Amino acid sequence: METVNVKINGRDYVVPANATVLEAARAAKIDIPTLCYLKDINEIGACRLCLVEVSEGGRPFRMVTACVYPVTDGMEIKTNTPKIIASRKMNLELLLSNHDKKCLECVRSTNCELQTLCRQYGVSESRFQGATNHYTIDDKTPIIRDNNKCILCRRCVAVCGKVQGVGVIGANDRGFDTHIASAFENPLAATSCINCGQCIVNCPVGALYERDDTEKVFEALANPDKHVLICTAPSVRAQIGECFGYEPGTDCEGKMVAALRALGFEGVYDMNLTADLTIVEEATELVGRIQGGGALPMITSCSPGWIKFCEHYFPEMTENLSTCKSPQQMFGAVVKTYYAQKMGWNPEDILFVSAIPCTAKKFEVGRPDQSAAGNGIPDVDVAITTREVGRMIQKAGIDFRHLEDEAFDAPFDIGSGAGAIFGATGGVMEAALRYAAELILHTKLEKVDFPEVRGTEGIKVAAYKLGDLTVRVAVASGTGNAKELLNKVKSGELDVQFIEIMACPGGCVNGGGQPIQPAHVRASVDLRAVRAAVLYNDDSLNNLRKSQDNLAVQKLYDEFFGQPNSEKAHHILHTSYIKRGL
Amino acid sequence: MKKKLTTVVFRGTPEQEEKLIAAIDKYKGVKGAMMPILQEAQSIYGYLPIEVQKIIAERTGVSLEEIYGIASFYAQFKLNPDGEVAVAVCLGTACYVKGSGQIIEEVSKQLNVAVGSTSPDGRYSLEATRCIGACGLAPVMTINGEVYGRLTVAEVAGILEKYR
Ligand code: SF4
Ligand code: SF4
Ligand code: SF4
Ligand code: FES
Repeated sequence: METVNVKINGRDYVVPANATVLEAARAAKIDIPTLCYLKDINEIGACRLCLVEVSEGGRPFRMVTACVYPVTDGMEIKTNTPKIIASRKMNLELLLSNHDKKCLECVRSTNCELQTLCRQYGVSESRFQGATNHYTIDDKTPIIRDNNKCILCRRCVAVCGKVQGVGVIGANDRGFDTHIASAFENPLAATSCINCGQCIVNCPVGALYERDDTEKVFEALANPDKHVLICTAPSVRAQIGECFGYEPGTDCEGKMVAALRALGFEGVYDMNLTADLTIVEEATELVGRIQGGGALPMITSCSPGWIKFCEHYFPEMTENLSTCKSPQQMFGAVVKTYYAQKMGWNPEDILFVSAIPCTAKKFEVGRPDQSAAGNGIPDVDVAITTREVGRMIQKAGIDFRHLEDEAFDAPFDIGSGAGAIFGATGGVMEAALRYAAELILHTKLEKVDFPEVRGTEGIKVAAYKLGDLTVRVAVASGTGNAKELLNKVKSGELDVQFIEIMACPGGCVNGGGQPIQPAHVRASVDLRAVRAAVLYNDDSLNNLRKSQDNLAVQKLYDEFFGQPNSEKAHHILHTSYIKRGL
Repeated sequence: MKKKLTTVVFRGTPEQEEKLIAAIDKYKGVKGAMMPILQEAQSIYGYLPIEVQKIIAERTGVSLEEIYGIASFYAQFKLNPDGEVAVAVCLGTACYVKGSGQIIEEVSKQLNVAVGSTSPDGRYSLEATRCIGACGLAPVMTINGEVYGRLTVAEVAGILEKYR
């Protein structure tokens, strides 16, 4: 690696030649504040919070934006002079002069990059008074946009367009009128937004947030006539700790279950179980399509952000989607049919909640063809994100960090390792391969690991020889990558039979409903990898590695569904799609 | 200024669409071609309504919002068509200090058209322009290219009457 010598605040450092001043300083453990900068995604030098003074070739010091300014050999950098501090402070005051400053009620208060900087720099009310903008809040979808808090950093714009390949939000008009919105000022509901929530987790402030559905849950919990049940997605346990000050990558399954029980849920269940059920249904469907003819490549259907993306951007490929409902919807469907019958409950008396890492799942609960019990009874009543679960626990005054571990409730308490890894990119593929391999080979699988499909790369391709059959597979996460992959499939450049797609980069562990980490943490920790490690660890420690060995799943087939892909299974566990187009 | 969305019904013809598609295809593979494409589109249709921007989005693969962001950023791009009676009031410095602000308000009131938009029936449009180089006549407005100078608020109604 080529390096250069620089002086930062009077001390010498050797730094990579292609580094920016910001990267060089951070490598030297000197932090420089940023607001608009998102590593690799949004490097536009817009907010000017990262101002530093540099001198090159002995010339006088001048101010530059550290996030985009490259280092040169012999450069001298000062990151904390009174002049810099005064300039940063003024930039914050200018931002606040057109900001609604209602921190007390703001969903991001205490986790807001702007608020943190204002506290650090001693900025409270703005000394600049003048005209302010007033925007109506767009709150008709699970993604809520409040431009009154927007600082125009454009991080959301870059993520939506460049990473997700959607691009439904951007900067409209100019100057003082500049604001983030959709084309022709349409609300998000009228666009091809896929509800992935990646804009939310990358927004530094409270201008983007999910629709809060916790009120509905609290109300139901207080209603003695309701059976209020909850299931938690594989990756929620791996991230919920971040709401309570744990490092990213801390497994808090036991405390999470204890907290939910303390909140008053009558049943606290493990969605890993219906992840297993999904695998049994989906891999059976796949083998059926490969051996019996059917639309190939088959594409997984458990990520509702991806489903909506497919419906908008690849409507001609909706036949390729597996017809399996997602694990969340399967869970609700099973509870409101099989379990309601078993318990003698009227399905209308059940309020089924799912705790999920995902904002798109809030959209999914309201989709058509998601009512196994009929009569318009939704499979899942309320979907709440990891963040909302965290807020409920806090609001209820539950001391999360000091809870004793507890276990999920029977009969939905068993999940295999294959179900656990559903939360990471490549996990569904690996789980399906563990099942499909046994189905095709008619023998027990010795080696259950498929490391080729693991890891955080955006697109992965692999081929497996199963007897006479070679199964070629591909995995993509982030819908921008999905678009690239599917274009290759459409053009014939890539020939595969099975594709796993998750809408969020890295999969659910990096979902749009997960605890928000500020940009400087996202720059130094690969959240996708450290969070996924929790799931792979769960998998390797689990005695059960394969979905088909899950006795709770087998029992569902014995008592209720008969065979995988039976007529009953089709009716309850499968769904249909809409060709939306653009 | 925040650009006003149009309420005028789109009346594009197949010939216009053909021209537009030819213009877009001319720039296939050219980087940074959105500005010239939008310019050509505007010279074909006179403005850039959603119907036109959608065609451009579809054929270039650029998202509709990105296109709209450009169209709403630059003053030269119009989101409203010129009316059959197109009124433009100069808000350049000389005209402004001579009271063109009140003139434009009066025109807006008389025609019931907001500044920067076109009446839904497509009859009247009202625009604020930068200096048109007739400072000697300030304050100035033009109607379908015809210049009216040294205006007073009281005269406005009478002038507009000729175009009703
Ligand atoms: S966005 Fe941040 S600074 Fe603004 S009101 Fe919310 S917490 Fe306060
Ligand atoms: S939810 Fe996803 S698709 Fe929708 S605006 Fe945000 S980033 Fe874009
Ligand atoms: S909504 Fe958030 S991420 Fe988007 S520009 Fe505004 S402050 Fe930045
Ligand atoms: S200008 Fe560098 S972080 Fe915004």
